[in-house]
Amino acid sequence: MSATQAAFGLCGYVAATCLLAFLFPQSVLAFLSFQASLLLLYYVDAPRKVKLFLGASVLFVLLPALGWLNGYYLEIAIQIGIFVALALGLNIVVGFVGLLNLGFVAFYAIGAYLWAIFGSPQANAFIPGGWFPLSPNWFFVFLLLSIAVGALTGILLGLPVLRLRGDYLAIVTLGFAEVVRALMNNLDKPINLTNGPRGISPIAKPPLFFEPLLQFIGIDVPSAMLYPLYFYFLILIMVGIIILVTRRLENSRVGRAWKAIREDEVAASAMGVPVVRMKLLGFAVGASFASAVGVLFASKQVFINPESFTFMESIGVLAMVILGGMGSVPGAILGATGVTILNLQLLKGLSLWLNGLRQSGAELVIPFLGSYSLSQLPAQFEPAKYERMVFGLILILMMIFRPQGVLPPAQERKK
Amino acid sequence: MALLELHGVSKHFGGLQALASVSLDLDEGSIASLIGPNGAGKTTLFNTLTGLYRPDKGEIIFQERSLVGMKPDKITAAGISRTFQNIRLFSQMTVMENVLVGMHSRLATGLPAILLSTNRFRLQEKAARARAMELVDLTGLRGRENEWAQHLSYGDQRRLEIARALAAEPQLLLLDEPTAGMNTSEARLLMTLFKELIGKYVKAILLIEHNMRVVMGISDRVHVLDYGEKIAEGHPDEVRRNPRVIEAYLGQASWAQHAPS
Repeated sequence: MSATQAAFGLCGYVAATCLLAFLFPQSVLAFLSFQASLLLLYYVDAPRKVKLFLGASVLFVLLPALGWLNGYYLEIAIQIGIFVALALGLNIVVGFVGLLNLGFVAFYAIGAYLWAIFGSPQANAFIPGGWFPLSPNWFFVFLLLSIAVGALTGILLGLPVLRLRGDYLAIVTLGFAEVVRALMNNLDKPINLTNGPRGISPIAKPPLFFEPLLQFIGIDVPSAMLYPLYFYFLILIMVGIIILVTRRLENSRVGRAWKAIREDEVAASAMGVPVVRMKLLGFAVGASFASAVGVLFASKQVFINPESFTFMESIGVLAMVILGGMGSVPGAILGATGVTILNLQLLKGLSLWLNGLRQSGAELVIPFLGSYSLSQLPAQFEPAKYERMVFGLILILMMIFRPQGVLPPAQERKK
Repeated sequence: MALLELHGVSKHFGGLQALASVSLDLDEGSIASLIGPNGAGKTTLFNTLTGLYRPDKGEIIFQERSLVGMKPDKITAAGISRTFQNIRLFSQMTVMENVLVGMHSRLATGLPAILLSTNRFRLQEKAARARAMELVDLTGLRGRENEWAQHLSYGDQRRLEIARALAAEPQLLLLDEPTAGMNTSEARLLMTLFKELIGKYVKAILLIEHNMRVVMGISDRVHVLDYGEKIAEGHPDEVRRNPRVIEAYLGQASWAQHAPS
């Protein structure tokens, strides 16, 4: 197949699936095949310009347009974006530097609480003057601040555990995340910092600084409709920056030093790599990604409490990295996307479908065995509730058949 | 002038005296060998020199600077780099990347330059790649530069270790059994390479070697260790005739005395 044929094929596929998703806005399958177009873009060998153009039009035009018609699609896309960013951050620590971190969600939580506390009336509880919530304009300041705070906590965690490796490090990071969660749960007294298990709300959304511009060009949309799109583009930009930063670091002496530490710490230090500094840098960079995404998460959710940052969340992100292929940027993206789609769309879709069958009361006729009324399908049988089980099964199968992940880091291609 | 001076360097592990007050000088422009039976403390001496171990006693002076207590990466930056006896490459990195890691201490770009991908950073990366390619060429690995280190043959892996050590632009190169497991012609090729390195890439080489043909063929000076002690030093011919060395290696005298007739 020639490259031009491939290019036409890709264009056709994108157009067809987009049309399908447009015509059947409720169909999970149609939207899934539309999402698959991005994966196809990555795999198929077509001219780079065509791929870039198609990718950009899917991400910047088609998906937002579909999301405009069905808000649920945008919600999914935002969730995917958040997890992609988290997976990319964890990929630096686990995939590049080779340090097993089971408490990654702690940094995410720290970012989220940073904005939650000051972007809501919560901070009035310990800072007198009634200055809070801060105006939405502070959102971007806090986004930058969260990068610094995330990096700092990353270093703080990194310092004491630098000498630990493998299992020991994993246990300590796990403990760290639990400590952070326990703090959020209990810092409602003596001074009410986090409002404890009741959580914080309402958290300010980012400023709609472009609204006057939209009105000026004659588009008048209620902000409730605007926010999902706004968040979508915010997370898209954020993921874009994260990918760029990761790529640049990966192809510099920093990235090479990280991988060298992963491969052989002693040899790395004998080759002139300052192991301590590089490990701390890895921790800091990974943590700052997570923390920045946390700010966005908090403002999107409006309400957060410690339940959003459990150990399972850390494991989920780790599983995304492992499934996709440790140490590989495309792998982390694919892993995060795949797992999020599985959780949010596939299993839920399957549940809805089964519910539909149950209510239709159709008879399932099996030759020679008699018939079975689908309305008798036990109510417990609901795939969405088996999320963890399905997930575990996939992980086990992966470890048996493809332990390096779906998209492991490729050897450098010849230029 | 001596490039490297060791004065009474000692190191023990529990009850084992791995190095007992070892002193030696290494002159600029020379190749010296460190020989001795297994367990004599040769690799321990290398590990002490490169900062993996801290000596219990003694002084290590390199270019008029003390190295005692310095971290391995600082010592590499100061101008000593090494290869390992049991090959320790970065196996899931390409040949090119392995060599580039060796250059870490010579590349000075900071984080902002990397993140912004400044011109200076890109030029430096390009120059680094060109230099890495030169070293790949020198060690006969051309055509392999994009393969993972773990996929190289044993001999190529040994040569890659040398290329990686040279990438750090060392003054002093420490080679731990560089020809182990190589056949005669491969070993001879390496010997010529080592001689070429002197003056052009490094100021001196210190090597641990069991292959006596290599040792006698290229060394200006030979130092002999036994049970952590330096028992002889000198020109290869002198050392070869030294009775203590013969005894250390063959143990013949004592063995003959106590052997039942």
